[in-house]
Amino acid sequence: MSDIIRTEHLTFAYPPDEGKDPVPALDGVDLSIRQGSFTAILGHNGSGKSTLAKHMNAVLLPGGGRVWVDGMDTLAEAALLEIRRRVGMVFQNPDNQIVANVVEEDVAFGPENLGVPTAEIQARVAAALKAVGMEAFTLHAPHHLSGGQKQRIAIAGVIAMEPACIVLDESTAMLDPAGRREVLDTVKTLNRDKGITVVLITHHMDEAAMADRVVVMDQGRVVMDGTPREILVRMEELREIGLDAPHTVELLHGLRQEGFDVPLDALGIQECAEAIVRALA
Amino acid sequence: MKPIIRVENLTHTYGENTPFCRSAVKDVNMEIMEGEFLGVIGHTGSGKSTLIQHLNGLLRPTSGRILLGDRDIWEDPKKIRDVRFRVGLVFQYPEYQLFEETVYKDVAFGPKNMGLDEKEIDRRVRAALAFSGLGEELLEKSPFDLSGGQKRRVAIAGVIAMEPEVLILDEPSAGLDPAGRRSLLENIRAYHREKGTTVVMVSHSMDEVAENVDRIVVLANAGVVMSGTPHEVFSRARELMDVGLNVPQVTQVAMELKRQGVDIDPAVYTVADLRAGLATLKGGRR
Amino acid sequence: MLKDITLGQYFPGNSLAHRLDPRTKLILTVLYIVILFCAKGFVSYGVVALLLLTGVKVSGVAPRALVRGLKPILFIICFTAVLNLFYTPGEALASFWIFTITKEGLVTAFFMVLRITMLIMGTFLLTYTTSPIALTDGLETLLGPLKRVKVPVHELSMIMSIALRFIPTLIEETDKIMSAQKARGADFESGNLLQRARALVPILVPLFISAFRRADELAVAMECRCYHGGEGRTKLHVLRYQLRDYLVLAAYGAVLAAVLILARFGL
Repeated sequence: MSDIIRTEHLTFAYPPDEGKDPVPALDGVDLSIRQGSFTAILGHNGSGKSTLAKHMNAVLLPGGGRVWVDGMDTLAEAALLEIRRRVGMVFQNPDNQIVANVVEEDVAFGPENLGVPTAEIQARVAAALKAVGMEAFTLHAPHHLSGGQKQRIAIAGVIAMEPACIVLDESTAMLDPAGRREVLDTVKTLNRDKGITVVLITHHMDEAAMADRVVVMDQGRVVMDGTPREILVRMEELREIGLDAPHTVELLHGLRQEGFDVPLDALGIQECAEAIVRALA
Repeated sequence: MKPIIRVENLTHTYGENTPFCRSAVKDVNMEIMEGEFLGVIGHTGSGKSTLIQHLNGLLRPTSGRILLGDRDIWEDPKKIRDVRFRVGLVFQYPEYQLFEETVYKDVAFGPKNMGLDEKEIDRRVRAALAFSGLGEELLEKSPFDLSGGQKRRVAIAGVIAMEPEVLILDEPSAGLDPAGRRSLLENIRAYHREKGTTVVMVSHSMDEVAENVDRIVVLANAGVVMSGTPHEVFSRARELMDVGLNVPQVTQVAMELKRQGVDIDPAVYTVADLRAGLATLKGGRR
Repeated sequence: MLKDITLGQYFPGNSLAHRLDPRTKLILTVLYIVILFCAKGFVSYGVVALLLLTGVKVSGVAPRALVRGLKPILFIICFTAVLNLFYTPGEALASFWIFTITKEGLVTAFFMVLRITMLIMGTFLLTYTTSPIALTDGLETLLGPLKRVKVPVHELSMIMSIALRFIPTLIEETDKIMSAQKARGADFESGNLLQRARALVPILVPLFISAFRRADELAVAMECRCYHGGEGRTKLHVLRYQLRDYLVLAAYGAVLAAVLILARFGL
């Protein structure tokens, strides 16, 4: 399958404070995101994960190296709108990305900007709200909704542009557990049923566990890249770069030291319990 | 232990006489013991924010009362400010309330409002900063030049500097990454240990509460549905799930083990306890 | 407290008043104001009141919400009333010290209060039944011809609609910051004017910082959704006058004529 996003030797530094040297936020990132995949990008605050996300639809432009979105170079200004249409972005604070006072108007914002004919906008808005399970809120005022619902509206706003990929830039960080679950279930469904590529930027380990692939960033570089099972069991290394392994992994680690014959990668509750039962027998 | 705060039949109704009228807390009774580390847990909309804003007199009960020591805090509404000095409340995302030019001035805002003298203010600012895990080199910096995590700590120090008898923190670790969360909670634990004063932590993360507190109060649908030690609360895991709350991952594993016939306490909630329990079991079988 | 401010708030609904074209409603509001200012005596005011009542009835907005909306301007209403009460020359009814209440003053004060109240209620009816987006859409279309003389109509209406969108968010935020500072012993209620003004600093600084941060994030979010100005933009809802719009406009025109005639006879 083809790559929807590809970065090559990507470097970037924010303008430094006066009199200081620029600190690279990204320091040579080579990463390809396959069409239709579900990738989680993990890292502590300041690891460069959000900076990387902002390169995926040309909100930031490379300081060095290149980024390609569906074959288009993000440095090419003519392709800007097309790049942003294909890679939609959902941000952290739900309140700061909702433009309109009515849900349907907000979802329509993207297609309106793209000049989509009215009749089609209406169809897209209805379909997008259905896809995120918010069709009952079409005429509601967004500020009365819960955090999770607002994020689903933001996702619908992206879906209405018919993108190939959605990047969630810490979109669950401000939500409570119920809200997080809503958002994650929504993107999981979009990924599975509509084949939309999902890039999930997060520091929650349990969220990373639901991806097909986990990329770990530290100091502007990719330091680990693999399936959740491969990555999340590396407890010590994760801890060193300010992340946590799931408690199940921690438990299995401990049980091994007690002489249990258990695998480390039984991440799920059910799986973990079964592995322990087997080891006890 | 004796209670330092008692909540009696507290009801608070927002927007009375409007179409949006609803009771955020309804007939709540609870006690906060002197010197304890209490966890208050509940999903969004369970009434926890409303409840804690009553404890320091930011909100006035629609009915019922709040006793601090033995006195109703609204006995003399003019003195409500004194209640706020005695019951310190750190809001969610408190870094958004910083406003002074320097960290020092911002932390000194509370003590200054208390009318303390310069020397006492200085002592408190420095002590509070240390408790929040910040170095003195930050004192003269602008709070707006700090990292997100440091800002949060400055804001917490701003409340600690009032040296309240009860410190309430609303979701202190929200939005922090795992390392930031770990170290902030360590600081709060140390504060509780060294000061010996009452700490109340509000959270929706079961794991976080389970690992830190002596006692848990569970709120749901505007009322208290459970209270007790973490062990007591997690032994009623099913009910927790019914009101839309999670139980710690470890507890979930233990419950599943129990279901599959392993003779283990299904209410354990730390990795260490479950590990120890399983090790004993294995030893016994051998 | 702050949440009680209803200015510019929209109550979603599906009444006739909600379904009217926003341009119609804007024109109606202007007409209503004209009618109100043409009204002279009890009869014509009665007609306007009837008009307002019909509007309220049709819109399904709770009259209580309209009355609550008056609270912030209560002071202005009282001030105008008092001013008119004492400073209208005419037949004296009662007098004490330097004040004299005249019959004319009583009547003028009464009508002034009525006029302001009905003016506010009428315009609130517009904002209560029209979503800010529809309102700005309406304005943008009505003012469309001004684009030819280089008035940035689209930009202005975008600014307005975003401002309206963020009013509830910022009010909520102000409430939160105030509570947080109160929790640190901030006192907004006592002291002289200067002290009170100074007490606002701990609210205003965080509020401004937050507003700028929000603006910044919103700008990026809008760009990510391909916003690039008004050029080539289409609309989810294209405004189109319906039969009902013409009928209501005609009815209003008739009322205007009636009031003008009534006023002519001083009624």
